[in-house]
Amino acid sequence: MSSMQNIQADLEQLIACPACDALYRAALPENGERAVCPRCHTVLIAPVDGAVIRVVAFAVAILILLVSAMFMPFLSIEAGGLSHSTSIADAALSFSEYHMLGLSIGVVALIIFVPIARAILVIFALFPLMLDKKPWRGARTAFRLSEELRPWSMAEIFVLGVGVALVKVAAMAHVELGMAFWLFVALVLVTVFQDGFLCRWSIWSALEQGDRQNG
Amino acid sequence: MDEHSAVSEHVVTAKEAGLVSCTHCARVWPIGTAACARCGARLVSRDEKSMSRVWAWWFVGLLCYIPANVFPMLQTTFLARTSGDTIVGGAIVLMMHGAIPVGLVILLASVVIPIAKFIAVAYLALSVQFRLPSDQLRRMKLYELVEFIGRWSMIDVFVVAVLTALVQLSVVVSIQPGSAAVAFALAVVFTMLAARSFDSRMIWDSLETPAEAEPDDSRKDFLS
Ligand SMILES: [Zn+2]
Ligand SMILES: [Zn+2]
Repeated sequence: MSSMQNIQADLEQLIACPACDALYRAALPENGERAVCPRCHTVLIAPVDGAVIRVVAFAVAILILLVSAMFMPFLSIEAGGLSHSTSIADAALSFSEYHMLGLSIGVVALIIFVPIARAILVIFALFPLMLDKKPWRGARTAFRLSEELRPWSMAEIFVLGVGVALVKVAAMAHVELGMAFWLFVALVLVTVFQDGFLCRWSIWSALEQGDRQNG
Repeated sequence: MDEHSAVSEHVVTAKEAGLVSCTHCARVWPIGTAACARCGARLVSRDEKSMSRVWAWWFVGLLCYIPANVFPMLQTTFLARTSGDTIVGGAIVLMMHGAIPVGLVILLASVVIPIAKFIAVAYLALSVQFRLPSDQLRRMKLYELVEFIGRWSMIDVFVVAVLTALVQLSVVVSIQPGSAAVAFALAVVFTMLAARSFDSRMIWDSLETPAEAEPDDSRKDFLS
């Protein structure tokens, strides 16, 4: 057994599987390859060249798509001379007219606020890193928050919900899909791609090293 | 990383090595450290209170899920006649109108997945509490499935939101949300919280060697 100091230095070389607690010596796999926990098969490290730039770029794209979708026509229906159109905000807020304000706030959060918050947090956490600068204060908290918000970002589920609603309406009225609908579909694709590039371990060690080298 | 190590082989955990792991960023610290110095997350080697949190969320989730199925999810007013549709009723109406795949999606997301999720979370919690000695990998896969799929149950709430906003054709036809919408959304949120309170590391604790005095070769590999 070596001294405590050695152990402390050694700790940085170790990685514990977040899912099963198995302890390994962290070794960076080749670009595009993945280090998988042999015990529970959780992906531990999956580095991709230029991952930080791509993740930031996708976050900017998500932000632009979401904000512009707010101001575009979403859906409209027409039947027997009557017509009605709705925006994303109308759809998100529709419960509030029926004494369900809490649910309305929840829906707005799940499909608009949380995705926007995640995009902003990711940009804030990684933008300086992208330029090889020292991360801003609070960058680590921002990145951790964005990861904690991940399951509560439900834009992709909303898009599927819109699809189901359209099938229900198609029988009784003619439906027109607006620009905001297609922006949301694009948003889902971008989110899926972003998740594919996001290797948490690489980003955490980049944040740690970025603070050390430039600080 | 030891790619060739087999599952049967004893794996040293952070806990056994006298360390505490961060479930957010995978960094390890000496046991007793309160917060991860890298990402700021609170560190707990094994969250003993997590099981009571799992059961608490599980129970309120179930309490919300029952009214969600009894009361109407949405109400359709067609020429001044109002009729309510429960989740199951709405899916059956869809299928009778020929939209069988869509009806099945709704049944799957709103009935099959929530019920399967209640059963799966209860099974996982009980298996850990009674230290079930086998099937760690299968239980792990089950937990990942529950975490991945649980959010998709929210789809029916979004369907109601879109229909309510869209179908407002004056006096001819309009759709309003039913009281089940709130209960159902809460049931989905509470079961998501139940699954997230679960500490999956505990599934693997039954593999621990009971005899602590036994010399551990693999530990030397890390700390020598
Ligand atoms: Zn593992
Ligand atoms: Zn951490």
